[in-house]
Amino acid sequence: MPEIASNSALRVHRLRKAYKDVVAVDGLDLELQAGECFGLLGPNGAGKTTTVEICEGLTEPDSGDVEVLGQRWSSNAAQLRQRLGIQLQDTQLSEKLTVFETVRLFRSFFRQGAEAPEVIARVQLEEKQKSRVGDLSGGQKQRLALACALVGDPDFLFLDEPTTGLDPQARRQLWELIEEFKQSGRTILLTTHYMDEAERLCDRVAIMDHGREIALGTPRELIASTCAEQMVEFTAGSASKALDVPALRRIEGVREVRTENGAVLMQVTELHTSVPALLAELTRQNVPLTELRTHSATLEDVFVTLTGRHLRDE
Amino acid sequence: MSDRAIPDVRAKEADKKAPRGTSLADHPLVQLTLVRFYEFIREPEALFWVFAFPILLAAGLGIAFRNRPAEVLKIAVVTPEIAQSLRQEKLLEVQQLESGAAEEALRTGKVALLAAPGSRGTVVYRYDDTNPEGRAAHMLADRAIQKAAGRVDPISTSDQLMREPGSRYIDFLIPGLLGMNLMGSAIWSMGFAIVDARRKKLLKRLVASPMPRHYFLLSFLLSRILLLVVEVAALLGFGALLFHVPIRGSLLDLAVLCLLGSFSFCALGLLLASRAKTIEAASGLMNVVMMPMWIASGVFFSSQNFPGLMQPFIKALPLTAVIDALRANILQGSNLAQMAPQVGIMAFWLVTCFALALKLFRWR
Repeated sequence: MPEIASNSALRVHRLRKAYKDVVAVDGLDLELQAGECFGLLGPNGAGKTTTVEICEGLTEPDSGDVEVLGQRWSSNAAQLRQRLGIQLQDTQLSEKLTVFETVRLFRSFFRQGAEAPEVIARVQLEEKQKSRVGDLSGGQKQRLALACALVGDPDFLFLDEPTTGLDPQARRQLWELIEEFKQSGRTILLTTHYMDEAERLCDRVAIMDHGREIALGTPRELIASTCAEQMVEFTAGSASKALDVPALRRIEGVREVRTENGAVLMQVTELHTSVPALLAELTRQNVPLTELRTHSATLEDVFVTLTGRHLRDE
Repeated sequence: MSDRAIPDVRAKEADKKAPRGTSLADHPLVQLTLVRFYEFIREPEALFWVFAFPILLAAGLGIAFRNRPAEVLKIAVVTPEIAQSLRQEKLLEVQQLESGAAEEALRTGKVALLAAPGSRGTVVYRYDDTNPEGRAAHMLADRAIQKAAGRVDPISTSDQLMREPGSRYIDFLIPGLLGMNLMGSAIWSMGFAIVDARRKKLLKRLVASPMPRHYFLLSFLLSRILLLVVEVAALLGFGALLFHVPIRGSLLDLAVLCLLGSFSFCALGLLLASRAKTIEAASGLMNVVMMPMWIASGVFFSSQNFPGLMQPFIKALPLTAVIDALRANILQGSNLAQMAPQVGIMAFWLVTCFALALKLFRWR
């Protein structure tokens, strides 16, 4: 067995978990360095939550090996719990309690950590301290859940879809709080199906599909790995005058062409040569151009390239 | 391999951190119990069912089934002289009527007796001697007339009225309601709180924290004890103040019975809530279990009314044991040793349900 660097915060080896006849996690390997923010990306049902809950010691794997902060759940559960901050997907905290009472309750479970008012201030809920949880907005509830995860001053923070269902402003607010925690050098494992979230917060991401890892790397590496940095999206042609798609593939610098809901998506290496060439080709075919957009490739494009599906198709 | 742990980031900065406050209020068990308590008192419906409802029920039934004072009997007379004499008797309501009307009133049962003058200063009583009211009216009327005419009793007598608390319906009812309340509040408070927390994935969140799991359970029992004191005191205090229901047994025994009974029902509630994932499922299960006991365990009427064949089963129900023991303590002043069978049944349910619940319980 190869010697593993002592600063790995999480090691997952050949993890497998099936529910009845559905295989949720199918032979997954992961390794997180201490201090990094790692993103597990994938559509709903990819096995992200199952993976995270096994790492959190909440679910027993069918087979495979998990080591968190150098310790195993089977032998060091009580110690591990003290060092982890956990935010589960859609937990509803008790609505009749106030923000302060909730944080104070969770604080009482940990041997160390900042006192409740300080943690509440850190997630910017000071003004809501005396409010009932039932009266909070979605974003405030998520920040409270984050406070409950941070209250024990954890070395390792698990966030399972922390911003799902939030409006853009609430998401940005939460991102800032997570970035703040990142600054302190602790480890984060985050699941999301938002590509922008992973690109902004994560040092490295693993893309999961059907319980397997299908890509791993920094967001930049993954985008570069599709061999195309730029995306061109356009609509052209009409019912009477159809577009000759195969002809587009012959344009220089075009890596891939696919059509989607009547629009054409092209991966290109260089915009400044490919776009004029595209326009020339359209002129040659005599098809009118109705819309043209270009953007840098994103993790979303990586996922579509790898699976042929969009992340939020389900 | 096992000591290849990452250095604890916090260890380096541990000295910078203020030491953890060690006040009792920061203990997880205290916090969990407080939270239980807050959740309960912030639920107005629960407050009503646990505190107000049994008292309203006791008041309503106590008034409906109160012991009425001795009834006043109606009699008719035809002359003012006789009426004068008879009005001395407070238990008679005397109506002076024309003789035709008096005959009519007697015939139709509006009066129990008709007193009319006979020949040579005598009095004639006309009444139905098969009717107890008629016989009672006759005795009262005759005594009043003889007294007014100057009769003196050879032996002087006095009355001692027996309207003893302890044998009335309200006395039977209060321990029954107390037992029903112990069952309802324990099963509902355990059942709903646990199933609701499971449904909201709050149970899962709690076990993801370092909370010691047995503290979660203990917090339910502790908050139950707190509320139990209030519940029992409210119902017994109400019975004692308004209806003078006595408490003849030892208060310590009574406290032990309430605690043991309540914990048996907590164990039953925990068992019922050990798997259910929705409030609907849990509440169906709880009603199925509690309904037979509401009917058969003798809350409102004696369980002896059921056929002998069913008695062993009825006696084995936890609520029957609790109510029988409460009645024995409150009304007969029995001590715990005399209630050994009931105490044994409660302990059996407590241990069995608790053991099963621990085996079946799911945190998610």
